[in-house]
Amino acid sequence: MKTDYLIGIDEFCASHNIEISFISSLQQSGLIEVTTIKETNFIEQDQLKQLEKFIRMYYELDINLEGIETINYLLQRIGFLQDEIRTLRNRLRLYESFE
Amino acid sequence: MDFVDYYKLLGIDKKATPKEIKNAFRRLARKYHPDLNPNDKDAKRKFQQINEANEVLSDPEKRKKYDQYGKDWQHSDQFEKQKQYQWSQSDSGRTRDTDTQSYGDFSDFFESLFGSTKGAGKRQQVKFRGEDYSTELQLNLLDAYRTHKQTLNINGEKIRITIPAGIENGQTIKIAGHGGKGINGGPAGDLYIIFSITDHPKFKRLGNDLYLTYDLDLYKAVLGGEITIETLDGKVKLKIKPETQNGTKVKLKDKGFPVYKNEGRYGDLYVTYFIKIPTNLSEKEKGLFRQLSEL
Repeated sequence: MKTDYLIGIDEFCASHNIEISFISSLQQSGLIEVTTIKETNFIEQDQLKQLEKFIRMYYELDINLEGIETINYLLQRIGFLQDEIRTLRNRLRLYESFE
Repeated sequence: MDFVDYYKLLGIDKKATPKEIKNAFRRLARKYHPDLNPNDKDAKRKFQQINEANEVLSDPEKRKKYDQYGKDWQHSDQFEKQKQYQWSQSDSGRTRDTDTQSYGDFSDFFESLFGSTKGAGKRQQVKFRGEDYSTELQLNLLDAYRTHKQTLNINGEKIRITIPAGIENGQTIKIAGHGGKGINGGPAGDLYIIFSITDHPKFKRLGNDLYLTYDLDLYKAVLGGEITIETLDGKVKLKIKPETQNGTKVKLKDKGFPVYKNEGRYGDLYVTYFIKIPTNLSEKEKGLFRQLSEL
C-alpha cells in the first residue's frame, strides 16, 4: 500500500516565507495539486520538489506565473525529447553494431 | 588558484550599482539556473560561478574586500583579522534574493578570501530541500537481465538498491531522500542513478528483444539438422530445416529480455543464420563440390 505524506500549506508557506496566494495561483494554473482535508490544504510530498522549483523561479529569478507555466511546459517537452533521443540512440547503436 | 573576475563573470562595470548587479545576476541566472537546465553540468558550473560573483558583489562588505584585495587575495588574512570584530557585529545574514548557495560549492578563490561557506546557512531560518545527486552506474547486459541488489557508495554513505530486471541503457531511476541533506531541517534531496549498459559481444538488444547472429555450417544449412544455442536463459535446441538460406531469421518467443517491472514477461530472441562457407578444402572435398556443380 502506498503511503501519501501530506505537508500543510500554511506551515510550508510560513517556513519558506512565501504568500499562500502564490500556492493558490500555482494550483489555479494546474502546476500543482492541492489536497483539502477537513478544510485544511495540503500538498503531497512528491510535489515538493516541483513546488520548490516554482518558488525559486518566482522569487529568485523573478519569473512571473505565465513564464513559469511556459517554462514548465517546455521542460516537460525537453524531458520527452530526451527520452526519445535515448531510445533512438539505443536503436542506432544496435544497427551500428551490425555493420 | 586563479583570480576570478566577478565583474567580468556578470558582464558588468566595476562601478555597477547594486541594482545593475542584481539585474545582471538575474539575467544570467535565468539562462543558467539548474532548474531551467536539468542534467546540464556546464550550465550548473556556470551558475555556480555567477552565483558566487553575486554573493560577493551584492554584499557591500564583501564587495569592498574583493575590490581592495581581489587580485592580492593571499594577503587578505591580515585584513580578515583586523576586520573580525567588525564582521561579527555587522553580519546580519543573507536575503532570499541571493540565497542560492545550496546549488554547490564556491570556488577555492572565494573561500580563501571570505572563508569557508560551510555552515553559513545556520543563520537562516528558511528550510531548504537538499541538493539532488546524480550518478552513473555501469552494468553489463547480464546484470540488467536479472533483478539484483547492488551497494553504492554515495559521498561516503553506503546505499543498497534493487535494480529491476529489464532496465534500459540511459534509463534513470530516482532513490528518494538519498541526495544532499536539507538545510535547517529541510528534506533531503533525491539520488538519480543513470544506467549505462555496455554492449554484449553476442547479443544485441532493442527494447525487450534480443538479436543473435549464429554461424551455421554449410552442410547443416543444406541438409538440415539440429543446433544448440546459448540464450541468456540457458541452452536451447533448434531444428534447422534443409536448404536454409543465408540470412534466415527465426524468432524464439519469450527468450528475449525481461520487460521492466513486469515480472514473468519477456521479449523475443531473433536468431539470424550466417552460413559459413568451408575454407582450406582438401582436394577430395574440392572434387566433390565440382561433381555437385556439374550435376
